[in-house]
Amino acid sequence: MPPKRKNHSAIRVEEVGMEVDAVSDSGSEDEARRRAQNRRAKPQRKAKKVSDDDEDEEDEDEAPRKKGRRKKTKPQDSDEDDEEEKQSVKRKTSKASRKKAKEESDEESEEDKKKRRKQGTAGSKKDKEEQNKEKGEVKGKQGKDKGGEKDKKKKNGKISSSSSSSSSSSGSDEESLSEGEMEALKEQVEEKKKLIATLRNKPWRMKRRLILLKEAQEFVEKFEGALGKGKGRKLYAYKVMMAKILMGLPYGSIPRKTVPREEQETAMDFSVLNDFGVRILAWLNLFTGYIKYSFLFYGYFNNNRRIGLLQFRLPLSYLLVGVGIFGYSLMVVIRTMARNANEGGDGAEEGEFTFSWKMFTSWDYLIGNPETADNKYASITTSFKESIVDEQENQKDENIHLRRFLRVLANFLITCSLGGSGYLIYFVVKRSQDFAKMEKENLSWLEKNEVEFVMSLLGLVCPPLFETIAELEDYHPRIALKWQLGRIFALFLGNLYTFLFALFDEVNEKLETEKSIKNATDWAFEQYYTNYSSHYNTTDVPPPNVHPADVIRGPCWEDAVGIGFVKLIVSDMQVTYLTILIGDFARAVIVRFLNYCWCWDLEASMPSYGEFDISGNVLGLIFNQGMIWMGAFYAPGLVGLNVLRLLSSMYYQCWAVMCCNVPHERVFKASRSNNFYMGLLLLVLFLSLLPVVYTIMTVSPSFDCGPFSGQGKMYDVIMETIEQDLPPFLANIFTYATNPGLILPAVLLMALAIYYLNAVSKGYQNANLDLKKKMKIARDEEKNRRNNKDSTNEVMKDLEDLLPNKSLIPPPVEEEPHPDVIVDKGAKSPKIKPGAAARGVNLQKDVSLAAPNARAPVTRAPEPRRGPPGNARSPQPGPGRGRGRGGHPSR
Amino acid sequence: MGNKQTTFTDEQLEAFQDCTFFTRKEILRLHGRYRELAPHLVPLDFTNRPDIRVPPTLIVSMPELKENPFRDRIVETFSEDGLGNMSFNDFVDMFSAFCETSPRELKTIYAFKIYDFNRDSFICKEDLQKTLTKLTKGDLSPEEVSLVCDKSLEEADLDGDHKLSFSDFENMVSKAPDFLSNFHIRI
Repeated sequence: MPPKRKNHSAIRVEEVGMEVDAVSDSGSEDEARRRAQNRRAKPQRKAKKVSDDDEDEEDEDEAPRKKGRRKKTKPQDSDEDDEEEKQSVKRKTSKASRKKAKEESDEESEEDKKKRRKQGTAGSKKDKEEQNKEKGEVKGKQGKDKGGEKDKKKKNGKISSSSSSSSSSSGSDEESLSEGEMEALKEQVEEKKKLIATLRNKPWRMKRRLILLKEAQEFVEKFEGALGKGKGRKLYAYKVMMAKILMGLPYGSIPRKTVPREEQETAMDFSVLNDFGVRILAWLNLFTGYIKYSFLFYGYFNNNRRIGLLQFRLPLSYLLVGVGIFGYSLMVVIRTMARNANEGGDGAEEGEFTFSWKMFTSWDYLIGNPETADNKYASITTSFKESIVDEQENQKDENIHLRRFLRVLANFLITCSLGGSGYLIYFVVKRSQDFAKMEKENLSWLEKNEVEFVMSLLGLVCPPLFETIAELEDYHPRIALKWQLGRIFALFLGNLYTFLFALFDEVNEKLETEKSIKNATDWAFEQYYTNYSSHYNTTDVPPPNVHPADVIRGPCWEDAVGIGFVKLIVSDMQVTYLTILIGDFARAVIVRFLNYCWCWDLEASMPSYGEFDISGNVLGLIFNQGMIWMGAFYAPGLVGLNVLRLLSSMYYQCWAVMCCNVPHERVFKASRSNNFYMGLLLLVLFLSLLPVVYTIMTVSPSFDCGPFSGQGKMYDVIMETIEQDLPPFLANIFTYATNPGLILPAVLLMALAIYYLNAVSKGYQNANLDLKKKMKIARDEEKNRRNNKDSTNEVMKDLEDLLPNKSLIPPPVEEEPHPDVIVDKGAKSPKIKPGAAARGVNLQKDVSLAAPNARAPVTRAPEPRRGPPGNARSPQPGPGRGRGRGGHPSR
Repeated sequence: MGNKQTTFTDEQLEAFQDCTFFTRKEILRLHGRYRELAPHLVPLDFTNRPDIRVPPTLIVSMPELKENPFRDRIVETFSEDGLGNMSFNDFVDMFSAFCETSPRELKTIYAFKIYDFNRDSFICKEDLQKTLTKLTKGDLSPEEVSLVCDKSLEEADLDGDHKLSFSDFENMVSKAPDFLSNFHIRI
């Protein structure tokens, strides 16, 4: 019944509402299924309908319009079809399976053949009556979903029904089911499962989804049982290693885990808190206390090769984890970048969809706050207006020399301030090293934390300074933002590296003092041993009984580096929080409440509310992460500290933004330049990786501190493990692998691979460009053709296409426009297309927008949606062309 | 009322979980929200699948939709009757499509439907004008509106029929960097 079928598919499509390409696959599937159903479901249609109507009565009552009602009837129909199908299938299968069972038993082994056949037919006859009911139903389901594969499935349905029936009669002859059929059935079950899994991604009404889900589930249930799988898997719980094992011995057991005697009094001394009365500041001073000797720092871990029952290799795992973190971070960053690059966003050229994107993707559906919504409206309107102006000002040119001069000047100023900030940090760090040699008591808080303070202050002052200087340059805001970000990046990086170099100086100094202390300790031990043996006259000398707190110890530069970074992070946190408190909150309070008694409008003009600077904050996060990467090796606790910091700062900043900030005037979403920020992150990661790896490879660790004490270099731990714990042939392999003779060719090979891949990607790029060009040409041609044609009628178009060499036939009205079309197409800028100006905002000085008019289609009567007659589109060749070429104002 | 009562059977909940991007808890919360809109209309007990529709005026008053310029269109799009009367199924459907985990393809389809004001399966200039007016609260002059609409058509209309078909729309939106993050309602 073809008409009915058509109707069905039409309704279905309407219900989904998207007969467009998106769902075409599912649409065709539907139709196929429908066809299949109708084929078999003729007889009972009427009868069924009556009973089904009951259920849907309510729906129909409520459906207020014809269209609505038509939709309503749809699911009902499908229900009805289901039932019919089931019944018809039932009948079919009972017959079919009987036959099938016979065939099957034929295939069985020769000996049992006769017996089996009897049994099989007798048994299956009985069973089939019962089982087919189920099977038939299932088959109906299955058939409903994939009409296209109907036949195959039917067969499968038979197979399974017969197989189960014969198995019930003759015990277990599941193998009798041929492999292929089994596979097919499995495939279907998989398909159904896939449908269940992807159902939520389908643009269907919930009602339909629920129905389909039920069917699919029933199908899977039935057949999965028959296939004997899907019993569910057990989950095994893993026992987590205990912190005690990981950490080794508890506090107080070895010197590095104990506060030294002379510091024990001050460790709990919170009096420093009162210096400033700010509780947070206590953090900085607490480092002289317990924290310095806690697991936060490198020094807490000792150099026992194995710890505990599990023979946990602490030094080795310390190194591997430290390096592994870098490897993992690199991988994650690069993977994210690759995904971002793939996932659209960067696929389109800048400016290809300026207006449409603004139109369709600029509203943030998350907005639920009236004020935010108002802001968004305003910002969208502004951005549209800006785009319009941009469009009009494309051709504008000004005094280029002045602008160049200003840009050079701005860059000069910024370079100066960058250099200045670098020098300042270097100076301060040097000074702090002098301070460190002095007595702690004589130093004020400021002197102790000068470095961190200055660094944070620079990070605070410089960005606004840069912004002010950047005003000179007069870039487009988007470009200006990139410059600004780049400069801030340079500033932060420069500061960080200066800090690092100064720190290296300190490390070298500490290494010197360490040497002398080591000698002194050795000497003391020697003295002790000689004294002891001479005193008691024995060679069996017990180790000296010294409390861990009293042991002489070296300066432990690793701890110093770790402490440096922790201090940096903490002070950075303080400065950020204080800035928000003062710069945003206090300002907002003043602006809000002083506004009642002030001579000008504080809210609208001068101080106004603070703006939330998204890009600056993102950059701050990136640098924070960089510091963590750098510091984490020497202060493992930094990671935890940072998590706390990020959490608290999220809520704090959220509060600040909600209560005292106004949105940035121009909103540049971070997501727009997704990979820009990720690229920065990658760079920072790389730059923070360098010093850490450098120290691991070259600087010798402290002799009495940390997991690597006693080693010549940190990576010796790996060598040691390879030599001692791995079988000798593996050790050999490692020796060969680390041979420069092998490494050099490998590097060479990689370089060549990079070169090759680069060339390939260039080739693809060119091909891409070529295709784009072709697409553009095709598009333009298409447009021209349409516009130059007498009728938009499809039939006429087709007829026209059939004309021999139609380009030679002159258009009926006039032929002049043709050359114009060609000439102007070449000349016009790609962005500007016809139609814009014709619609006509009054675009005075605008040449570019007017020009395309002439190229625009001329030879046919204006369509209804075209602009008013009398503009360049109407067939008035003379003035139209003149305007296009001369660049006079279009009106 | 007031007693601990089952809202959905386990089966129903599981079905919803399979058909949407929500967890059990979220579905129950959605039901709570749905019921909040019209307490006298929506029963607590949904085990027998009552056929209830909440009128659009109530749906639109939800804080999630209240400020959205396209709220009426959204509600109409997701309601089965096309008028905005939403059953609980439609309601869940709507927030499932808008939730963070729903894929780009699905969101694109629904976005297209939302912006297709006259439901002719094409976004024509008229639709664009309506969209723009809603988006800017009518702050642009008619000339500007017209210019912007034409520009958008120029950019996105690949087949040159002066209206955006779904494939045009998809092509344009698939490259948009902000679409996924913006076409998202959290509930």
